[in-house]
Amino acid sequence: MANFGGAYNTIAFDANKCDGCGDCMTACATAKVGVGDTARSRIQIVGSESDGFELALCRQCGDPKCVTVCPAAALTKNFASGVIEWDGAKCVDCLLCTIGCAYAGIALDAGTGHVAKCDACDGAPACVPACPHEALTYVTTSRIYNEVGDWEDLFAPGLAGCQGCNTELLMRHTLRRVGPETVLATPPGCVPGMGSVGFNGTTGTKIPVFHPLLTNTAAMLAGIKRQYKRVGREVNALAIAGDGGASDVGFQSLSGAAERNEQILFMVVDNEGYMNTGMQRSSCTPYGAWTSTTPIGKGSGGMPSQGKTQDAKNLPLIMVNHRCEYVATASTAYMEDLYDKLDKAIQASKRGFAYLHVYSPCTTGWRFPTDQNMEVARKAVETNFVMLWEYNPKDGLEFTRPVDDPLPVTEYLKAMGRFRHLSPDQISHIQGKVVENLAFVKQMAHRQSA
Amino acid sequence: MEKTKYLVVGSSHAALEAVTAIRMHDPEGSLTLLTRDPHLPYSPTVLPYVVSGRSAPDGIFLRDEKFFADHHVQLKRGTALKALHVERNAAELADGNEIAYEKILLATGASPAIPPIPGIDTVSYHVLRTLDDATKLNAAIKQSKQAVVLGAGLVGMHAAENLVKVGAGVTVVEMAKQLTDGYFDQVAAQLIEKAFTDNGARILTGSRVVKLAPSAIGTTLTLENGTTLEADLLLVATGVRPNMDYLAGSRVEHDKGILVSDSMQTSVANVWSAGDCAQARGFFTDAKVMNAILPDAAEQGRIAGMAMAGDPGLKTYPGGVPLNTYHFFGRHAISVGSSKVPEGAEVVTRFDEASGRYLKAIFKDGCLLGIYGVNEFFDAGVMCQLILRRIDLSAMKQRFLAEPMKVGREIMSKTWR
Repeated sequence: MANFGGAYNTIAFDANKCDGCGDCMTACATAKVGVGDTARSRIQIVGSESDGFELALCRQCGDPKCVTVCPAAALTKNFASGVIEWDGAKCVDCLLCTIGCAYAGIALDAGTGHVAKCDACDGAPACVPACPHEALTYVTTSRIYNEVGDWEDLFAPGLAGCQGCNTELLMRHTLRRVGPETVLATPPGCVPGMGSVGFNGTTGTKIPVFHPLLTNTAAMLAGIKRQYKRVGREVNALAIAGDGGASDVGFQSLSGAAERNEQILFMVVDNEGYMNTGMQRSSCTPYGAWTSTTPIGKGSGGMPSQGKTQDAKNLPLIMVNHRCEYVATASTAYMEDLYDKLDKAIQASKRGFAYLHVYSPCTTGWRFPTDQNMEVARKAVETNFVMLWEYNPKDGLEFTRPVDDPLPVTEYLKAMGRFRHLSPDQISHIQGKVVENLAFVKQMAHRQSA
Repeated sequence: MEKTKYLVVGSSHAALEAVTAIRMHDPEGSLTLLTRDPHLPYSPTVLPYVVSGRSAPDGIFLRDEKFFADHHVQLKRGTALKALHVERNAAELADGNEIAYEKILLATGASPAIPPIPGIDTVSYHVLRTLDDATKLNAAIKQSKQAVVLGAGLVGMHAAENLVKVGAGVTVVEMAKQLTDGYFDQVAAQLIEKAFTDNGARILTGSRVVKLAPSAIGTTLTLENGTTLEADLLLVATGVRPNMDYLAGSRVEHDKGILVSDSMQTSVANVWSAGDCAQARGFFTDAKVMNAILPDAAEQGRIAGMAMAGDPGLKTYPGGVPLNTYHFFGRHAISVGSSKVPEGAEVVTRFDEASGRYLKAIFKDGCLLGIYGVNEFFDAGVMCQLILRRIDLSAMKQRFLAEPMKVGREIMSKTWR
């Protein structure tokens, strides 16, 4: 009993990607007993093509029954690694642990006469890289959870966001990471709408926060940062703005601050529209998307209205062309990547302008079920609809999560209601743009690194 | 008088699970663990392996002092509960002290039941329930040339195997018609018996000892049919009886064991019981039964602890399911579920004489009631879920019997993953 509420690294299984090939079992048996006999693998694929595949694998339970029924103290939960460890010197081969486990996670290895179970290969599980379909992944985000859990939450405990909004996640994580020595600017948009600017004369954050205009966020924040520098106090200057406030009316101020290389961190939460004020289109809204100002209907003059007719502006690429200290795109579906970039952006903002663009699905404005935010965010990356990369003037632009075998963009489009009306022509236009954007960014990555 | 919020009496699986469950919900409330045993907590189930020398006596402890210190548990070892005074919520100890409790768990386990054989009080014999019993027996088997084991339950058979392995002549005397009665059926019992006789042991089932007397080498046993046996080592392993003498004069209802509800509460408020001393509802019958097995003790202990601490996550006891595993001469036998065949039930068996693989399953209305294997491995925990969840296996019965492990895992992956 320790580490309550702590998280551990874990082997994750995506049944949809598994074709039952058994390569994971061969790899496990080879790693653990030196022969490729799949019957002796500690990871067992069960099921069939028609019924789908599943795993029989130790779940490294937090409250493990196998441990409680072991009479010989041979099984123990390691609260540092999370792994349930088997001590062969203490085991008496009584098999009672196999009674305790309801998940077939510990079983008799006929080759040795002892029970055998997954030990996660000391943090580098052999089964994971052996899977040719990425159905197995080793999830290591627990580090973030455990670390961040110890930092102070600087946001108000309650907030007024829509159900399923991931901006809360972004704000709490970002503020915890930048810490209390921070001044925060949140221009009109969802972030103040959720409560950053507070209620009844008190702020919604435990750090100083202000509410600039859409048009002057970067300029005001730059001035505040300069004043703190003048009085000799080191603070982080952070803006959390929406895509509308950054790419449309706020752009001249943003571009100017970047050009002057002001020492601030500008984070854009890109939900592809003015979602807080009623889901109007912005210059970041993608082609074909429904918004309240790009409706679906009969239209006028014989031209039916079929969503937005222009492509989205690629704001982060525009920021690259300011040669900022740091520019990156991120997604809440890839928190390790996001954290890595947040760390780099904070460091860069001490030298000059840092820009972090977070693709942030909007359950209300994009019209998908409230429990699907991460899934939609993930699909955007897996289809290359958005790309995760980072840039600094020294190393140029590099992909951080390249997707070599992207899903068709329809996998992304069909995950939400705002694209439901699309005609085949519109879909092929979007797919064409995905290919074109990828080629463009690839070329940039190549050129920069060359 | 000493006072504690929770008093847990006993120190094996039921008691330890209760401590864990209490601390999950109430990290601070004062908690005292009282045990008559002088050692740190251990499992009676491991003792046959201490006897054989496989387990080091100092390597079997389930918790160390640090665990109790870290979890603010006061550990009182070597002091038995003498009497329970429920009218004033006080436990009277063998050393004369009293502890006032708010809530008490009786997880006092069982002791060997000594059969009333004429002359038994005139001879010296071994039993096996405590660590001290085990270390004594470990020393004794090394000296033994001809040993007799009374009782062919799992404790007796384990000890007999150990004696065989050190080269002693061993005779097992069992009253029932087969050995491991109540755990395994006749076919499985015969497989087990053959393994013993192949290794030189004598098994006398359907035999009763009518007299015991001291002899030059130790003990002379006289059987019902007039045969006599000489033993330099006598182990009495004819079963156990719950430790509950301390209930004398209290209002706590008991029958074969301490009667408990589905949340392990006794007939008296503030008093719970779990493990080998408790008599709780059976899964296959609404009657309260003794199901003195390790997994059930752990389950009952957890339920009792949660109930005592007022944990709202408590799920009541589903009823005891018999579960046993037995390892003998490098082979294994597993039994899960009912050994009784109710009316209208179907029994299916398969037996491969060459490999000694035996499987038996009992079904009723398509649902599994029990499954037994010798040298046939299946996931007992998965099988237990099939029984508890009353999953209808009609459509796949033949496949299930052919490959119980594989099909069990498939059902698991679709049902409770």
